[in-house]
Amino acid sequence: MLNDTFAAMRQSIIDGAPDTASSLAQQGLAEGVAPIEAINNGYVPGMHDVGEQFARGQMFLPDMMASAEAMRAAMAVLDPELRRLGTERPMAGVVVLGTTKGDIHEIGKILVGTMLTANGFQVHDLGVDVAGEKFAEKVRELNADIVGVSALLTTTMRNQKRVVEALEKEGLRARVKVIVGGAPVTRRWAEEIGADGYAKDAMSAVVLARELIQEKLQSVS
Amino acid sequence: MRPKLELLDKTLIERILDEAFQLIEDPGVRVAPYVEDLLRAAGITVKEGVAHIPEVLARRLLDLVPRGFCLYDRLGKPAVHYNADSVHFDPGSSCLNILDPKSQEPRPAMSADLVRLVQVAEMLPQFAAQSTAMVCNDVPQEIGDWYRLLVVLWYSEKPVVTGAFSAQSLHTLIDLLAIESGGRENLRRHPRAIFDVCPSPPLNWSEFASQNLVDLARAGIPAEIVSMPLAGATAPVTLVGSVVQHAAECISGITIHQLAQPGAPIVWGGAPAIFDMRTGKTPMGAIETAMLDLACSQIGKYLGLPTHAYLVAGDGRVIDGQVEMESGISAVLGALAGINMISGAGMLDFLACHSIEKLVIDAEAIASAQRLIQGIQPRGLSLAVDMFAQTGLQGDFLKLKETRALFRYEQHFPSAVIDRGLPVPDGKGPDILQRTRQRVDDLISSYERHPLTADVERALIAFAEREAKPTGLDGLPGILSPELAHVPK
Repeated sequence: MLNDTFAAMRQSIIDGAPDTASSLAQQGLAEGVAPIEAINNGYVPGMHDVGEQFARGQMFLPDMMASAEAMRAAMAVLDPELRRLGTERPMAGVVVLGTTKGDIHEIGKILVGTMLTANGFQVHDLGVDVAGEKFAEKVRELNADIVGVSALLTTTMRNQKRVVEALEKEGLRARVKVIVGGAPVTRRWAEEIGADGYAKDAMSAVVLARELIQEKLQSVS
Repeated sequence: MRPKLELLDKTLIERILDEAFQLIEDPGVRVAPYVEDLLRAAGITVKEGVAHIPEVLARRLLDLVPRGFCLYDRLGKPAVHYNADSVHFDPGSSCLNILDPKSQEPRPAMSADLVRLVQVAEMLPQFAAQSTAMVCNDVPQEIGDWYRLLVVLWYSEKPVVTGAFSAQSLHTLIDLLAIESGGRENLRRHPRAIFDVCPSPPLNWSEFASQNLVDLARAGIPAEIVSMPLAGATAPVTLVGSVVQHAAECISGITIHQLAQPGAPIVWGGAPAIFDMRTGKTPMGAIETAMLDLACSQIGKYLGLPTHAYLVAGDGRVIDGQVEMESGISAVLGALAGINMISGAGMLDFLACHSIEKLVIDAEAIASAQRLIQGIQPRGLSLAVDMFAQTGLQGDFLKLKETRALFRYEQHFPSAVIDRGLPVPDGKGPDILQRTRQRVDDLISSYERHPLTADVERALIAFAEREAKPTGLDGLPGILSPELAHVPK
């Protein structure tokens, strides 16, 4: 019975159905399902499926956006209950995300944020047209583990370097990992500007973020 | 008869324009404070940074746009004609990376690379204009935009498609052009360059773009709107929906521009693309991207305006069959559509990389496209009967005087880049990349720089050194160090 509920939750994410995801969350809570169980056994596996299908070219960006919307709808129901119970999902790391100065595009960044959130990262999205100093300020405030900087245009991707420089200037570079992404961005560019990694899509951003957190933990220990 | 390709019928064009006019009024167009007073003075409502432009006013301003104008070469001759169905090509612009000539791996572009590209484009008649093709990574970022133009003016006599990276630097670029043209008035009378100005999709004329439109109009220097709807991401997913958005962005830009200076030259242009729903990339070589370009320019033509589009770019990461298929197809389509300026040749990897070798191959595709639009023409009173009268059924046409007199008009002869079966020493000829590299070397070897007058050169150098000094730039790479103009082989 419980497995059926989790399967339905998972399917609501795959279908990209926010209303269903939300009502299943409400129904689950009413039936005594622990919110953390609903997340870990229902909704997150759904997002994993979506990510894998996307990586295989079987799902497309609009499908992903709809799945992310469904995930948000479910979390809007489950988050207050998590807080009320004083339980928390184990947090994979703190990420500050933003689109670089001069650039107002954020589709890719939103997808990355969604996938990171679905995978247990605490994501703080600074929005678009964000100067390097703002990134640095937020990193300091949150003691963030990772900064993700997006750019859609060749002209604005140069400002990704400014973010790295701002972190260096503020003396934060050693304690935070930098991931860059966006249509014109390449692995080579990431290396050139001194970023720690390049993510070509939302799923690879999750994999990379996990690796970088591991790296960070190892360097601390 | 000149062959022509159109994708839209009159009814659909009228619907597209009707919806575009609706959009500029409601929801309206986001504009910068720099132009709010200008718009309000014309009776346009501007609320919270959004202008609501009435159709009647927009149509009146569209009527003021010149139906044609020229760009001039350094010698003052009209070299690019923005009007009717004239077709010209220029290399793609503002690229950060180049495919290294030796390794064929992408790397940051340097001023020496831009010098080589300009020299090659100068030697290729397929390119009526140069572009400020690459950002030179060996000069500081803050002077990157005008430095490209300085290099092009130094090495080229052709007109230039360029653009500023900020509102302030536009004036530095104009100053450079004015020095080269012998003053602002000469520049206004005989513009050597046109400036791309890009709205941010959807329907947003940023501070920088708004200011560029106004300042260019007042300086009398042609502007080229490069509207970039990305179908499905920053614009409606349907091709026709994106064409509507493109039209709305162009019309609103023209409104700002013509209010600043009625009758100033401006081009209906763009770099629309589809948004790949698998990768989030914007494939410039996709057939739908080319369809968007053609449809958008058809709207401009319907309004009687000069046109521009971004084609002849491929998406693969190296010079291969895919890249050249994409580039060749769109070169032909753009020419058939009669687009006045077609930018993009030489570019690959979603516009992230330039390649001089690709530019040379693209020039061959462009030459074929240029031949195509010359069409099939009668060249005498008789089409074939007179020639048959001479040869009879023996069919010995090679001996006919008509054959000798006319074959050069009928056949385009590509360069050695294209394998047409010419004999090679060991029977196994060089591959396309080898043939192209040889062609690049030949073109650069035969390039000869025509210096500007000594006064103008001194003035350009003094100006550049003064502007570059605060950035700490040492010398003027690619210009004062001629040896830098050649990347080691």
